[in-house]
Amino acid sequence: MKGPYVATRCAMVLALVAVPAMALADALTGETQQQATNWPAIAMFALFVGATLLITRWAAKRVRSASDFYTAGGGISGFQNGLAIAGDYMSAASFLGISAQIFASGYDGLIYSTGFLVGWPIILFLLAERLRNLGRYTFADVASFRFAQTPVRLFAAFSTLAVVVFYLIAQMVGAGQLIKLLFGLDYAWAVVIVGVLMTCYVLFGGMIATTWVQIVKAVLLLGCATFMAIAVLASFGFSPEAMFARAVEVKASVAAAGGASAADASKAGSAIMGPGGFIKDPISAISFGLALMLGTAGLPHILMRFFTVPDAKAARNSVLWATGWIGYFYVLTFVIGFGAITMVASDPAFLEADGSLRGGGNMAAIHLATALGGDLFLGFVSAVAFATILAVVAGLTLSGASAVAHDIYASVIRKGEGDSDSELKVSRRTVPVLAALAIVLGIAFETQNVAYMVSLAFAIAASGNFPVLLMSVLWKGCTTRGIVVGGTLGIGTALVLTVLSPAIWQDVIGNEAAPFPYSSPTIISMPLAFLGIWLVSLMDRSGRAVVDREGYEAQRFRAETGIGASGASSH
Amino acid sequence: MTESQAAHAAMASDPRYRALVQDRARFGWLLTFAICAIYFGYVLLIAFRPDILARPIGQGVTTLGIPVGLGVILAGVALTAICVWRANRHYDPAMQALREEHGA
Repeated sequence: MKGPYVATRCAMVLALVAVPAMALADALTGETQQQATNWPAIAMFALFVGATLLITRWAAKRVRSASDFYTAGGGISGFQNGLAIAGDYMSAASFLGISAQIFASGYDGLIYSTGFLVGWPIILFLLAERLRNLGRYTFADVASFRFAQTPVRLFAAFSTLAVVVFYLIAQMVGAGQLIKLLFGLDYAWAVVIVGVLMTCYVLFGGMIATTWVQIVKAVLLLGCATFMAIAVLASFGFSPEAMFARAVEVKASVAAAGGASAADASKAGSAIMGPGGFIKDPISAISFGLALMLGTAGLPHILMRFFTVPDAKAARNSVLWATGWIGYFYVLTFVIGFGAITMVASDPAFLEADGSLRGGGNMAAIHLATALGGDLFLGFVSAVAFATILAVVAGLTLSGASAVAHDIYASVIRKGEGDSDSELKVSRRTVPVLAALAIVLGIAFETQNVAYMVSLAFAIAASGNFPVLLMSVLWKGCTTRGIVVGGTLGIGTALVLTVLSPAIWQDVIGNEAAPFPYSSPTIISMPLAFLGIWLVSLMDRSGRAVVDREGYEAQRFRAETGIGASGASSH
Repeated sequence: MTESQAAHAAMASDPRYRALVQDRARFGWLLTFAICAIYFGYVLLIAFRPDILARPIGQGVTTLGIPVGLGVILAGVALTAICVWRANRHYDPAMQALREEHGA
């Protein structure tokens, strides 16, 4: 750590990895310090790495074709895919970040959780089955189904890589900070370890290994969060009311110890039971809600999971499993956050002299683990948190590699005439390149505030990929030109407005008042994308537009029935 | 036109197929509006009337916001379950029957 300023930023960064919630940073400004080397945690983590490398070796023997590499041969069941999707979504930051948010301000943490969850039903109602019926490897297969391949594929590959790179940077920086915090390892080493391990999983084991690593991690994380939540509730005789009452009491006494008057202290205590400072203005709230809700339906590394199941029915069932697990996980996180208030905030062993949390604001769940199960359980929880990041970056890298190999190489450069072997070779060569890029960017951004990056990834997904997918699947009049112009307009607007928003204009560049005052661009950029697709398609009189519109009936028949869709491979 | 293409075309123009696809799409949009109304209703309540959610229920400290917030999560899972249940019970068998009838 170079100083309190940097340390504060790091704490904010850590909170925001994979949690696209800028306001979360407000609550998480405690310092992070490098902890003493934590041997039980390292041993547990070594165990996890050993197990996942065995999985990778097992998977490597099964990766023979491009289909195995991208989609595990379509042989993942609905239940397994549901767990893997939930694993992609339950990141280290949603575990540590949301429980820390609840630890700091109580109820507000629940507002984030609801926003993350409600994107899932939308995916099921509008897209999941049609995606499975129309696509093979990437969402670009669906978006370009009846359109001119080159322009739509190039657009989709660009937006996939943009989402993947922004997401990867945030994950890598978060991983470095988290490992430094939990294991006492140096930042650069931590980033390199993450990069090398993820390369192994993806390069040798493809989607089979990436999915199984994600499943193992999801089970570990759910198990560990379940244990913590039950242990917390058990100490209050399984009465949530008793837990809330104790939390209010602790918050009030902390405020009183800080010099607040009796009335103010009591107000500070009961404030954790209702909405607080999360929503500053309704426009930001709605814009941010749109990005969370509809961005999920445009994240390429999530969408690609729908191609790993054999048919539309399995895709549908996997969304139900995923939504169930994710919802369950958020309820557990809520209990864990309140449990941390009752057990950690009142225990001087976990606090610095000034009353702040030892090790930084994100340590709430980690300290709670110590309070509940001692050093060994602390090691276990730390190892699970690290494993979580590894599994998520592997999925992102695979998604980026498939955009390069399948969308750019096979569809644009080879015009769909290349063979599966050469496509597989290109994806495998892309993996180390992406990993090296992630390591370099992770180290370059160590001291930068990257809090906006995941938000930006969600905004791009909601303003580019989501409108493009929805319109191409549901609207007959949609044309190649409309898709490319409208989608590019949405992504461009999202990028420009993010630069002009407070998160970059003020916090990163250091300018005065930001020209775009809201925390998310989605409320402008997403409608603009829809409008662009609609208007440009409507005015499109080209020969290609005729072909595009004529292709709709055949596309619709396949989207609705699954007849002609690529099924699971034979093995 | 090959035999299978002819079968597909016949199925696509079958009024029962059209009704089924339309009904399924309408059901999907209905559920979409339901989840949007629930979620954005919740967000707007937080933005404009946070005091309602901060009101205690009963004698203790537990506020109305707790069941409402958890209820939004539960509603998301429940609507997903309803959609899957209806598709598995109703739409899938109906589509399968049409496919068999048309040999598609």
